[in-house]
Amino acid sequence: MTKILNVAPQDTALPKVRVDMVPLLLVPVLALLMLPLVGSFPTWVTLTVAGLAMGMMVFMMASGLTLIFGLMDVLNFGHGAFVSVGAFTATMVLLPMRSWVEADSVWMNLSVVGMAILLAMVVTGLLGWAFERIIIRPVYGLHLKQILITMGGMIVAEQLIHVIWGAEQIPLPLPTTFRGAFIIGDAALEKYRLIAVVVGLIVFVSMFLVLNRTKVGLLIRAGVENGEMVEALGYRIRTLFVGVFMAGSALAGLGGVMWGLYKETLTATIGAEITVLVFIVIIIGGLGSVGGCFIGAMLVALAANYAGFLAPKVALVSDILLMVTVLLWRPQGLYPVAKR
Amino acid sequence: MIIKTLLSGDLPRSRILSAMLLAVLIGLILAPFVFPGARSLNVAATICVFVVLVASYDLLLGYTGVVSFAHTMFYGIGAYGVGLALNGMGPSWWAVFVGTSGALALSLVLALVIGLFSLRVKAIFYAMITLAVASAFAVLASQLSDFTGGEDGRTFRVPEMLQPGFRLLDTEILGRAIDGKLITYYLVFFSALALFLFMLRIVNSPFGRVLQAIRENDFRAEALGYRTVIYRTLANCLGALIATLAGVLMALWLRYVGPKTMLSFEVMTDILLIVVIGGMGTVYGAVIGSALFILAQNYLQVMMGKASVAMSGIPFLANLFHPDRWLLWLGVLFVLSVYFFPTGIVGRLRARALTRERP
Repeated sequence: MTKILNVAPQDTALPKVRVDMVPLLLVPVLALLMLPLVGSFPTWVTLTVAGLAMGMMVFMMASGLTLIFGLMDVLNFGHGAFVSVGAFTATMVLLPMRSWVEADSVWMNLSVVGMAILLAMVVTGLLGWAFERIIIRPVYGLHLKQILITMGGMIVAEQLIHVIWGAEQIPLPLPTTFRGAFIIGDAALEKYRLIAVVVGLIVFVSMFLVLNRTKVGLLIRAGVENGEMVEALGYRIRTLFVGVFMAGSALAGLGGVMWGLYKETLTATIGAEITVLVFIVIIIGGLGSVGGCFIGAMLVALAANYAGFLAPKVALVSDILLMVTVLLWRPQGLYPVAKR
Repeated sequence: MIIKTLLSGDLPRSRILSAMLLAVLIGLILAPFVFPGARSLNVAATICVFVVLVASYDLLLGYTGVVSFAHTMFYGIGAYGVGLALNGMGPSWWAVFVGTSGALALSLVLALVIGLFSLRVKAIFYAMITLAVASAFAVLASQLSDFTGGEDGRTFRVPEMLQPGFRLLDTEILGRAIDGKLITYYLVFFSALALFLFMLRIVNSPFGRVLQAIRENDFRAEALGYRTVIYRTLANCLGALIATLAGVLMALWLRYVGPKTMLSFEVMTDILLIVVIGGMGTVYGAVIGSALFILAQNYLQVMMGKASVAMSGIPFLANLFHPDRWLLWLGVLFVLSVYFFPTGIVGRLRARALTRERP
């Protein structure tokens, strides 16, 4: 009798998920391509570090947004409000503790900034919880209303910032030891940018580990793929939603603090201004994909920095050009999320 | 009967609404004679332009169910087109014509490209892309200062007939000189009226019905044999062209173009607020919404200022009622109306009239 079933031998491993390497290569390729164009190596190093630093900050703000979209199918147009609130909350620590900020000690500077970040993340996390409850919960699944309502939430939040912190710009000086630059060879590397790169990497790595190595991460990824199935298996996806929304908002708050210190002045529209860039980044990365969002952030920031140096007028539209190019190549973004 | 034809069979269907619309119409017709003073005339002209701008946005948002954030871009293209043409070629009707047609052509091309590029995908995608493109456009307009005048914008002279110094008649009518300002006002008013009636015609045509079908259920509309991408793109282009014309009218009225008044995101949020509060998917909502909004913008702030002074003893409340914070209250109203009255003022009034007819 011939074999009816063609059963695979038991010791064969499950088929490996193919890792799509091409987008990963884009960042180094872009950076290396620009080296001859920029001409001098030290300038190139400075530009690249500046680009990476900016990219990391944008990533912090964008990652929460893309994760929220992937899991809940909610695009929060008011995400920028969390960035603003985060930055403004930081002033509540940084301005009263001016002596610590101005002290010439790394530890004092670090701890005061750490406290500011912690407070900002707690506040934006709680705000995210309230926002999800009040603003977003009634409109799950209704895209049109979501866009309108989160836009309205953003307007209200921006105005409330004016009410609470006043309508004037607030200067937010960098701590003393974060100022200045390291000089390596001829290349000047601004300290604060290096700090931003480190913080961004920490965020990325921990996010990567949580998503890929923990049970919560497994559930989140499963929820992105198929929410109903996760629910059918007995997990409360609502709790997951709220948790991810709070985490995403807190990340936006962290990004807001970093971005505010980078800009050194705060206006209530700081979040709205960065929102456009954040959207471009998550479109490039593929809506819902954290990895794509990281690469997108780096690409956009590097392109903006190189273009700013090589052709300042082009820099004004470099992000749009980049987005159009990527979308012509992959209409769903670098890493399309299967469901959508 | 004539009225029915003019309104394309889409009557207000509510007595209160009809009364409000009539009040706005008569107020706008008689504005130069009844409310003297430069400021009130300016308010009236702004209302006219916003009615057109908001109604054209309603064509997209309310009828087709497409959220675009690039509407101010088209508005700005119209304004800049006329402004730069008049600035460069001198004050002549020819320049107005060249500027307008150039702006219309540019808007059409941009709307087509953006539409074909992103309307295939979800509404959310389109909203993000338009936001990105519009903000890039605004940055370009304020940075290319040799061409556009940068942040300061450009002032220019309009054709002689529209200049304030021009006199059509030597005598005064009803105590008002018939000068260029008045002619400009009526040019704006009648153009706005014509465009408004045109849009009313569009949404009540078979084409408009298809748009509404797409809004309700695009899958089903596609199944019925309508190419939804094409209809969406057409609606997008139409909305863009009318917004461009609104920009042209605004530029002629203000004799100035600048990024803050024409392209800024605040204008976009204003449009959103008006269309939602007035009533999505009812062209009349644009009239009621714009009239209320612009009046509030110009006169409510004075009242809030008084309230703020009255409460100056209480620190937080005084800030809450500061005249600059009026957007806060509108934002709250906006969120509430998206939840509870998605059809806005007009929808509420119509629903009320309906329940009264058939209790």
